[in-house]
Amino acid sequence: MTTTMPGPEIHGLGHSMKRKEDDRFVRGRGTYIEDVVLPRMLHMALLRSPLAHARIASIDPSAAAELPGVVAVVTGADLAAHNLAWMPTLSGDTQAVLATDKVRFQGQEVAAVVAEDPYVARDALELIEVDYEELPAVVDPHAALRPAAPVIRDDKEGQDTNLAYTWEAGDKAAADAAFAQADVVVSLDTHYPRCHPSPMETCGCVADVNAATGKATIYMTSQAPHAHRTLFAMVAGLPEQNIQIKTVDIGGGFGNKVPIYPGYVVATAASLLLDRPVKWIEDRTENLISTGFARDYHMHGELALNRDGRMLGLRVSMVSDQGAFFADAQPSKCRAGLFHIVTGSYDLTAAHVTGRGAYTNKAPGGVAYRCSFRVTEASFLIERLVQNAAYELGIDPAELRRLNFIRPEQFPYQSATGFLYDSGNYPAALQKALDAVGYDELRREQAEGRAQGKLMGIGIASFTEVVGAGPHKDYDIAGIKMFDSAELRVHPTGKAILKIGVQTQGQGHETTFAQIVANELRIPAEDVLVQYGDTDNTPYGLGTYASRSTPTAGAATAVVSRKLLDKGRKIAAHVLECSPDDLEWQSGRFVVKGTPEQAVTIQDVAFAAYTNHPDDLEAGLEGVTYYDPPNMTYPFGTYVVVVDVDPETGVWTVRRAVAVDDCGVRINPMIVEGQLHGGLAEGYGIAAMQLITFDEQGNCIGSNFMDYLLPTSWETPRFETYAMETPSPHHPLGAKGVGESATVGSPAAYVNAVIDALTHLGVRNIDMPVTSAKVWQAIQQASP
Amino acid sequence: MFPAAFDYRSPAALEDVLDSLAAYGDEAKVLAGGMSLIPMMKLRFASPEVLVDLGRVPGLDAVQETPDGLRIGALVRHAELEASELLRQRYPVMAAAAPLIADPLVRNRGTLVGSLAHADPAGDWGSVMLALNAEVVARSTAGQRVIPVREFFTGPFSTVLQPTEVAVEVRVPRPSSRSGGTYLKLERKVGDFATVGVAAHLELDNERIGRAGLALTAVGGHNVVAAEAEEVLAGAEPGPEVFAEAAEAAARAADPPSDVRGSADYKRQVVRTYVRRGLARSLELAQAA
Repeated sequence: MTTTMPGPEIHGLGHSMKRKEDDRFVRGRGTYIEDVVLPRMLHMALLRSPLAHARIASIDPSAAAELPGVVAVVTGADLAAHNLAWMPTLSGDTQAVLATDKVRFQGQEVAAVVAEDPYVARDALELIEVDYEELPAVVDPHAALRPAAPVIRDDKEGQDTNLAYTWEAGDKAAADAAFAQADVVVSLDTHYPRCHPSPMETCGCVADVNAATGKATIYMTSQAPHAHRTLFAMVAGLPEQNIQIKTVDIGGGFGNKVPIYPGYVVATAASLLLDRPVKWIEDRTENLISTGFARDYHMHGELALNRDGRMLGLRVSMVSDQGAFFADAQPSKCRAGLFHIVTGSYDLTAAHVTGRGAYTNKAPGGVAYRCSFRVTEASFLIERLVQNAAYELGIDPAELRRLNFIRPEQFPYQSATGFLYDSGNYPAALQKALDAVGYDELRREQAEGRAQGKLMGIGIASFTEVVGAGPHKDYDIAGIKMFDSAELRVHPTGKAILKIGVQTQGQGHETTFAQIVANELRIPAEDVLVQYGDTDNTPYGLGTYASRSTPTAGAATAVVSRKLLDKGRKIAAHVLECSPDDLEWQSGRFVVKGTPEQAVTIQDVAFAAYTNHPDDLEAGLEGVTYYDPPNMTYPFGTYVVVVDVDPETGVWTVRRAVAVDDCGVRINPMIVEGQLHGGLAEGYGIAAMQLITFDEQGNCIGSNFMDYLLPTSWETPRFETYAMETPSPHHPLGAKGVGESATVGSPAAYVNAVIDALTHLGVRNIDMPVTSAKVWQAIQQASP
Repeated sequence: MFPAAFDYRSPAALEDVLDSLAAYGDEAKVLAGGMSLIPMMKLRFASPEVLVDLGRVPGLDAVQETPDGLRIGALVRHAELEASELLRQRYPVMAAAAPLIADPLVRNRGTLVGSLAHADPAGDWGSVMLALNAEVVARSTAGQRVIPVREFFTGPFSTVLQPTEVAVEVRVPRPSSRSGGTYLKLERKVGDFATVGVAAHLELDNERIGRAGLALTAVGGHNVVAAEAEEVLAGAEPGPEVFAEAAEAAARAADPPSDVRGSADYKRQVVRTYVRRGLARSLELAQAA
């Protein structure tokens, strides 16, 4: 790790420099997919199923095709002729591009209209006649797994149930033995509801397949452009060198832009067939009802403890609601993602986790919303269980955590379900949060208030995240290993271009990655241009999601910078006519040991690399690194939330929200804080109000922002954030990744706070979203 | 979100608006703020053939106080009412409701009169106007009629207005000098429609309650007058006991649907609580007046 103190003009590690990209965003000069306008461009709109489950008897596109301005109507049958009616998902399942046999969720893509303008395209959708034979909708995943349930995926040979997958981790015998010895077993059944990432920019593309050149340029809302190019090549049979994915600016992703959606495929096929560019942009409702949702885990957890509060074992069984197609973005080995990190921050030597995925008549997804591959659900479950265990044992919830934390000296720590935690200091994070909130005083206030009928609660969540996928042995997406890359060129004038395989959607890559180069080479961050998102002009990488950019491409950037510095030393020695071993690297200068007046700057070295390089070296100062992380990184923290509950209406309001986060070394603390604020707000939204739900017919409720609620600045609590820095021992900078910490960790803190306010009444659980109506109901049913 | 094709008229005189409505009847829709109509068109839930925009019609954008009360034109935006010192001084129910309408963006464009004409059962202004016994002034080529708000709503999104009529003004009677009122709204977030809303208005006659106005949002097919509760209150000595009795009566007047916002029982409980709190606050203001 480099620990030299940077000068302010360099903006290396630890500098809250303003984001380089924000100038164009705040001036309204970003370029989003809708801003891409090409000559001869056509507009595509998708016809979507109004029903959740129905057989398609017939589709008659003739009236739509005759509407003036319509260029083509595309159906599943048309795609089937080109073997494109189905496509693979990221979990090795298949997904309909345009439905041919059945529709399997409300909002599923059935046909497409390509027209001269977007209004005509929508008018024509109303003229397509589809004859549906309605089938019973399966909306409850437990019901879906019963033998009598209608089989949703009758398209798949041998699939005679709605079971999408099974998954198991840990040691069943060891866990059962632990439970046999337990004094106390605490159990919790909870549903982590289906929610949606809702990026400000919906998904869309402009596909431009040029028949003359054979080149397919696809402007696309993609968090993983390189992987998408490869998948396009494999699915569509296009030669990969002729496919260029360009992401331009992306208005938020949160996992929503990881999958390949039917719209991209149909637009590309239409462009290929029509030899004209085709634009497809979702509207808000389409985004909410058809694109990658998040969560929807029905979890049963059991925690075994002895009377003193020592945790002995954990058993978890889970049913996930996958929708009509199993489309999680998960490493191939892990059918339930990294859900098996469910032992959390605790030294739990015996644990066993099982999971089953169910097909239902709902939209596919399960990739999204800052989830670090399902760590969110795991963290929520263990933190809720621990809180309830404290009430059963009569031990303070903070104290019970402290009793069972993995101790700082136990790292690296091998978990019972197979993870090797790299570093941590959980007791310190907890203590810092308790001190900041004034925990003991709040507990006194709570006790006094209860006597007067006041309901105040203090919720704690001491989460551990696992991010930075990942080591090639265990982590891949659709078979492609999850390394990431950086390519750095320093030009003769000492200014640099860094090209990375990850893909910003608002995270601030243009700034953070420039600061890494600045830290390593002492070239000011202002002089480092960061590029990404054009597959022809950046090195191959797996993209940005699961908090992986800094752990992977960030590490690659540090490593490639150090490679250049090694070469720079040789060039400097050549210029200074000394041996490389006689040089010291001192804050941006190579200095001859003992003669400080003999020195060259990094800029001098860069110039020499092109004008005066030694005979035995290639010219130039340029390199590329593909970084395969040796391990995942494990950010952690403690959140403490204080709420007041109105006993008459169940309305709860957040009085305090304290967040202590340790994501290792912080590159740009301001950007880290921004990520934390965003995640804490998202966690609040999930805990308090967000829900994509369905009625018995499978109609989606939550198809617009009047029904699917995003918290505004008015509701969002005021956050009090604190930093700790426990470096990752294996990351070149000691950094860990932070994008999802707060969303992973915070929902349990909010829910624990509400439950804590009601625990003396006997309330032990309210499923999210914790609405005022549910809180009131719980109070009514309470038996103190 | 692309609406179906429509014709757009923007007359500069009210007479031309009325002529257009007479000509097109229910194929035309009147556009004022458009904060409900435009989203419905973009979702293609509404596809009027003709939009008749009031925007250029003079004389509809004023809030005037006469000795009888307030006159609010069809183009007066929520934001103007929110900022009104006059409302804060003499029409506290309105002053309390205005900042709770939707969100700041909607308040900058949307209008009180348009909100009444739209007749969403979860609309806030409907309850406020019921509590205050307001009137709607409607114009058509046949002339003008003045409709008490208590006779205005007929069901979800429907009123006694004819397709050929346009609501041009709302008239709010001037409350007695010793009066107070407030609007309480339970919403899941800013910009949400009410889970429950309660408009309360109390006038004091010596130390007893004179007229009481009490109306409820989002607990029926349209904004509901809690008539039995108003009767309980009229002439009574104000205080927690009669307020609790009124709250029970108001809860009986509520017939809310059970939905994602909460069960019918829950919503009635909120009515009960908010009526009690709303009356207590109204009394406070009346006694301070």
